[in-house]
Amino acid sequence: MAPVSGSDLADVPDPSPVPAEKPRGPERTSAVAGAFKDALVSGLLTALLFLPLVGFRASESSTGSLVLTYRFGLVAIFAGIVMVGRFLLMVTVWNPNRPPRRVSTTPGVMARLGALASPAVKPVFFSFAILYPFLSILLAGGLSPSRYWVDLGIYVLTYVMLGWGLNIVVGLAGLLDLGYVAFYAVGAYTFALLSTSVPINDFFAGTLGDDFWTAWAFWICLPLSGILAAMWGVILGFPVLRLRGDYLAIVTLAFGEIIRLVLINWVSLTNGGAGISSIPPITFFGVPFDSSETGFASIFGLEFNSMHRMFFLYFVILGLAALTAVVTIRLRKMPVGRAWEALREDEIACRSLGINTTLTKLTAFATGAMFGGFAGAFFAVRIRFVSPESFTFMESAVILAIVVLGGMGSQMGVAGAAILLIGGMELLRNLSFLKADFLFGSDFDPSLYRMLIFGFAMVAVMVWRPRGLVSSRMPTIFLKERKAVSGSLVKEGHG
Amino acid sequence: MDVFLQQLINGLTLGSIYGLIAIGYTMVFGIIGMVNFAHGDVFMVSAFIALICVLLLTTVVGLSSIFLILAITLVVAMLFTGLVSWTIERVAYRPLRGSFRLAPMISAIGMSILLSNFVQVAQGPRNKPLPPMVTEVIVIRETNGYEVTLAYKQIIIMVVTAVLLAGFWYLVKKTPLGRAQRACEQDRKMAALLGVNVDQTIALTFVIGAALAAVAGVMYLMYYGVVNFADGFVPGVKAFTAAVLGGIGSLPGAVLGGILIGLIETFWSAYFSIEYKDVAAFSILVVTLIFLPQGLLGRPEVEKV
Repeated sequence: MAPVSGSDLADVPDPSPVPAEKPRGPERTSAVAGAFKDALVSGLLTALLFLPLVGFRASESSTGSLVLTYRFGLVAIFAGIVMVGRFLLMVTVWNPNRPPRRVSTTPGVMARLGALASPAVKPVFFSFAILYPFLSILLAGGLSPSRYWVDLGIYVLTYVMLGWGLNIVVGLAGLLDLGYVAFYAVGAYTFALLSTSVPINDFFAGTLGDDFWTAWAFWICLPLSGILAAMWGVILGFPVLRLRGDYLAIVTLAFGEIIRLVLINWVSLTNGGAGISSIPPITFFGVPFDSSETGFASIFGLEFNSMHRMFFLYFVILGLAALTAVVTIRLRKMPVGRAWEALREDEIACRSLGINTTLTKLTAFATGAMFGGFAGAFFAVRIRFVSPESFTFMESAVILAIVVLGGMGSQMGVAGAAILLIGGMELLRNLSFLKADFLFGSDFDPSLYRMLIFGFAMVAVMVWRPRGLVSSRMPTIFLKERKAVSGSLVKEGHG
Repeated sequence: MDVFLQQLINGLTLGSIYGLIAIGYTMVFGIIGMVNFAHGDVFMVSAFIALICVLLLTTVVGLSSIFLILAITLVVAMLFTGLVSWTIERVAYRPLRGSFRLAPMISAIGMSILLSNFVQVAQGPRNKPLPPMVTEVIVIRETNGYEVTLAYKQIIIMVVTAVLLAGFWYLVKKTPLGRAQRACEQDRKMAALLGVNVDQTIALTFVIGAALAAVAGVMYLMYYGVVNFADGFVPGVKAFTAAVLGGIGSLPGAVLGGILIGLIETFWSAYFSIEYKDVAAFSILVVTLIFLPQGLLGRPEVEKV
């Protein structure tokens, strides 16, 4: 449990004038005493909070009925940790007697270094992204051992792209969308349904050759997925135009859930919860990645390796993500992008200045949804299986968390947050040293704690750094001098 | 007719549970203008606390009187859930009160994920079934072998809901706490200037909302006899729908909305398709927010510049 901000719990030292010869001793002891009292209260509170659900566990007995097991030791450990942590914080960082930190007028060393490094961040990031698969071959020692790392790169880049797509809606236009995964699902199902469709396959088999549809399905369906998702963005966006803030968030959440429930229940179209499998794999613009004579390897004179396909997938998602970034950057400098940001800042002012808010909101929804659709099609061709399981609300929450933690509106921040969150969650899966006997024992499963830590991180970032990792913004339009502004000055709109 | 009567009874029972949860949403929204996204998970946590308490009372203490068990469980669940909600408000929402508008909402989403996964880690991912507690039923009428029944537990749910709502109504309308609450709803800064302890009032609002959710949790556990760590999300969204349908900020509206949602859900399942009952509930949410954003009993929102 995170410590409560304790200024009102701690004993505030007596403000009455202190005799000059009196040393600072008593004041300090009162601070320590206050901290001790405070720590005791927090510890007790933690113990009470953890008592019912950690202290007892209802586990299934062999007969199927529930029996209670007791874990009071665990409660005591947690309470002790909170108590000690709280005490240490109270006497150091949160000490009411600590002299207030001097506010320096010149930027600190770190800030100056950051300012120096900032022009280099984007090129470095993109060169690293391009070099990443080659680096992973080098470091993993060979083509096949690098599979895990390339796969991880694809996984992270998918979320970078989704984050950038949602960033258009949330970060630029200020419309809080909790159902973004719906567009991801539309894209994935569009590609899955079209590529496995027998009539379409037969039609192309009759006109352009037997293998045409399996070879070209992804490249033809990719734009279609984006267009269909954009269409759904408009369809879902249209009714919610009048809604603002939290209501908009809840309605988009409801839309996301409705789409998922329809995907589960419309069995004749989507095969229900069982999902759609045997989606054709990606091809190198028509050339399949297989060991045959006409395959990618033999055409390019390489030895066949299933990693070729992974590499290609990596560069496809890198290209798609880069496309998202470039389009966003360009749009921000165009009237529509400026209108989005104006809408985020003040909708009423926008309307009085003659901006068509309906059109502006719809374009934001549609553009964001289109990139979601692209990412969905890519997801389907990568996994080659889609089911409603992949498009739960949790997925929307993860993407939203990436946008928020990155600092809404900042592209590098979103990319950094995606790498941190998704990569971090993935790392947690591999922390096998925690299974050592002296730590948690062999039945400890770190991956169970992924979402727990994830939820905790979301709360913690909001409390400690509500403007995200990158908290400054570079305005696209400026008077005389271009300079970064604090994220606190950027509103999040009322849409 | 018989089917209709039976569904009416079932719908009212379900609606009572939704109504109890919806009050928590509506009160918090009224006082600080945020959707407490974690409220559905607070409800789920309360059901788990109730489960532990029932197990403790039946297996360790060895109580056999079902009403005593229910009464003690109700009190224990309300106390502990209130504490959980107080802590959540203190840790995750209060520091964000002056922050930008999306911050508490995002913090609440994080809290919701945290709570459900905490329960999953602490209690395991499987369904937790209890042996049925109150099994007696009253047969109201019988035609051609189809019995319309009113179960004792349904009576308990409706009576407990009605009694608690009456008590709660008194609390908000007649006591100093209720007055302070309504004052904070209208103008927090002015209320603070007039000597109302705003922080404490908001914290108590969260505690009361959670206590009512805990009642709903105990009733849910008694009615269905099974609880799972993921059970907070869908009832939470439905209860929020109820709060919106009744007019957010309005207490009678929340109860009315809850009962309406309960009735719509049961009738939809009985007459149309049970697979799409959640779709029906979510669609009501969408339709209400789009066409009747102030709800049935709410005040229309005035747009200020």
